[in-house]
Amino acid sequence: MGLRSKDILALQEMTWEDMQLILDTADSLREIISRPIKKVPTLRGKTIVTFFHEPSTRTRTSFEVAAKYMSADTTSITASTSALTKGETLKDTAYSLVAMGADCLIMRHGVSGSCHFLARQVNASVINAGDGTHEHPTQGLLDMMTIRRHKGRLAGLKVAIVGDVLHSRVARSNIWGLTQAGAEVVLAGPATLLPEPMPGVTVPAYTSVEDAVKDADVVYVLRLQRERQAKGLLPSLAEYARNYSINRARLGLAKPDALLMHPGPMNRGVEISSEVADGERSLIIEQVTNGVAVRMAILYLLLGGAAE
Amino acid sequence: MSLVIKGGKLVDPEAGTISAGDVVCRDGRIVAAGPDAAAGAPAGAEVFEAAGLFVTPGLIDMHVHLREPGFEYKEDVASGSRAAVVGGFTTIACMPNTAPVIDQAALVRSVLEMAARAGLANVLPIGSISKGLAGVELAELGGMFAAGAVGFSDDGKPVMNSELMRTALQYAKMYNVPLITHSEDMHLAADGQMHLGAWSALLGLRGIPGVAEAGMIARDCMLAELTGGRVHVAHVSTELSLSILKWAKGRGIAVTSEVTPHHLTLTDEEVSRTSYDTNTKMNPPLRSAADVAALKEGLRDGLIEVIASDHAPHSLDDKDVEFNFAANGIIGLEASLPVLLTKLVATGDVDLLTVVKALTLGPAKVLGLASKGRLGVGMDADLTLIDLDASWTIDPRRFESKSRNTPFVGWEVQGRAAATVVGGRVVQREGRICV
Repeated sequence: MGLRSKDILALQEMTWEDMQLILDTADSLREIISRPIKKVPTLRGKTIVTFFHEPSTRTRTSFEVAAKYMSADTTSITASTSALTKGETLKDTAYSLVAMGADCLIMRHGVSGSCHFLARQVNASVINAGDGTHEHPTQGLLDMMTIRRHKGRLAGLKVAIVGDVLHSRVARSNIWGLTQAGAEVVLAGPATLLPEPMPGVTVPAYTSVEDAVKDADVVYVLRLQRERQAKGLLPSLAEYARNYSINRARLGLAKPDALLMHPGPMNRGVEISSEVADGERSLIIEQVTNGVAVRMAILYLLLGGAAE
Repeated sequence: MSLVIKGGKLVDPEAGTISAGDVVCRDGRIVAAGPDAAAGAPAGAEVFEAAGLFVTPGLIDMHVHLREPGFEYKEDVASGSRAAVVGGFTTIACMPNTAPVIDQAALVRSVLEMAARAGLANVLPIGSISKGLAGVELAELGGMFAAGAVGFSDDGKPVMNSELMRTALQYAKMYNVPLITHSEDMHLAADGQMHLGAWSALLGLRGIPGVAEAGMIARDCMLAELTGGRVHVAHVSTELSLSILKWAKGRGIAVTSEVTPHHLTLTDEEVSRTSYDTNTKMNPPLRSAADVAALKEGLRDGLIEVIASDHAPHSLDDKDVEFNFAANGIIGLEASLPVLLTKLVATGDVDLLTVVKALTLGPAKVLGLASKGRLGVGMDADLTLIDLDASWTIDPRRFESKSRNTPFVGWEVQGRAAATVVGGRVVQREGRICV
């Protein structure tokens, strides 16, 4: 049993069966991360290239570590050190990487749809590590894994996603993943940062964060990019923090056992207060560990299934 | 030199009739049209048997980008002329956003010379409104008009400066030519990549609200009223824009509009369905299903006078890149007619006469072409012979255009231009250029 597609591009396009397969596999691979010798031979001889056009700490490291724990060879390219700075197109760069024998390209790119474009160009597997304001499917899956490990299920839970939903690829992947899993997703943010209703899914959007987090099982805080204020979508970061920052009082409106999550990197004091970010309900660090497990599972399912 | 088109179904957009008959052409003019007109044809005239074919006035596409001078790798006047006649178009009006910009008389004349050398379609240059399309200073409209420009447009860019637009309307009024507006509020459209709506939200692409178009159309209609000038709105794409046009016409404002085949047949969902295919990227963007329905209604009820393709050739290098980096626009000349016949006429959405009128008499009136777009005696002998039964598959590799950027690739279509007659000469037959 494997995945339906050679690529991981968007949770909007993925079946719930495939998501479950990834989550179950991630649950079983997770213990490798805590072994004294973190190495299994599953992907020996496979070559994985991370290709990041935007800055990233945890996602790129997470993919590289996941690949290395599975014994794959990894190479990383960043846009600033690649031939893209010499005017080479994405298409030509991709052809070259595949010609060198890359089995899997993991790309982050500032333009929505770029991973779809890349996947059309090459036979190698393409994993979307974040494309513009579209999706970040591995983040969505690691968030689903984290919630499921704590709640034992996803169906029937209320998840409130708070912040700049309009520009958030993390939010989109979570919306598609969680709703397919049967969770209820609600959104909260200032009207200028909420998207139009999307086709095929019903996610109520609130401009009052209090209304959204009320009785939630999970409060998911999005990163607020400072450029939103520069572009005039917010009067000031201070006003945003006053009205939308998740603090102890607002988290208190959620269920008593509610979980607090954030994809990182955090702007402490803007979208989240340190008292809750570092508090007992916060799963922010565990999300990072689960991210490695989810990426190991995806690489295994895309590249390694038959090798054992 | 005489030509007889014999035994066809004559589509007369002026009379609003379709009737069996012949058309006799001599020395570039129609000298007789109607039942049994062939009987009075001059001896030795070339006879074209048109049994089963619809004979219409030569089709006019008043919104074409020929890319010459400056972007000959995308298209040139000769390749665009070939594409035109293969697509059934006898007359095309070309936009001035070339390099250099067509913003003075000498450049208008050079386009006409290139067209004469190509010797196929009638090519009518449109000059720019502002010098260099910069939107700052008025270009020499008088000189360009005298050289043969049929209208003025900064197409591709809106004239954001309302005072410049007012001045241009006043000035163009002296020549009774339209200003063709690319109606787009640049601040609202910003770096939008597609229509603002459910699909842009799903795809994470920045959306362009319909208001960006309608707001500027409203401004230009009010300026036309203020100045008594004439505005033709290019590629109208939203229901809101149509209600503005209706309002303006109700006030007696001299405004006309055109719609493209792609805005009549595709919605913004196409960007998602094709997983960000850049051949679904154009400006204005593909709009909602409700907008498409309103555009069809506008065409049916005569609110929209013209169908024009906005033929916008781009090379593969301009298009086969990430969505935001891709050039706007698609080619139209060789796909317009079959797409319209298949998706509007064959479906019963819009009747053949209405579509033909919007491709002939409609644009002829907007551009003031008194001897084109009509089938009567004395008119130019430009004719298009349409075979409504031909079934074929759109394959851009076989296009005469230098470019291949079309979202209609692979479409099964019904209907084509079986022959094209320009100036009494058969220049295209069964998809082949025959001169």
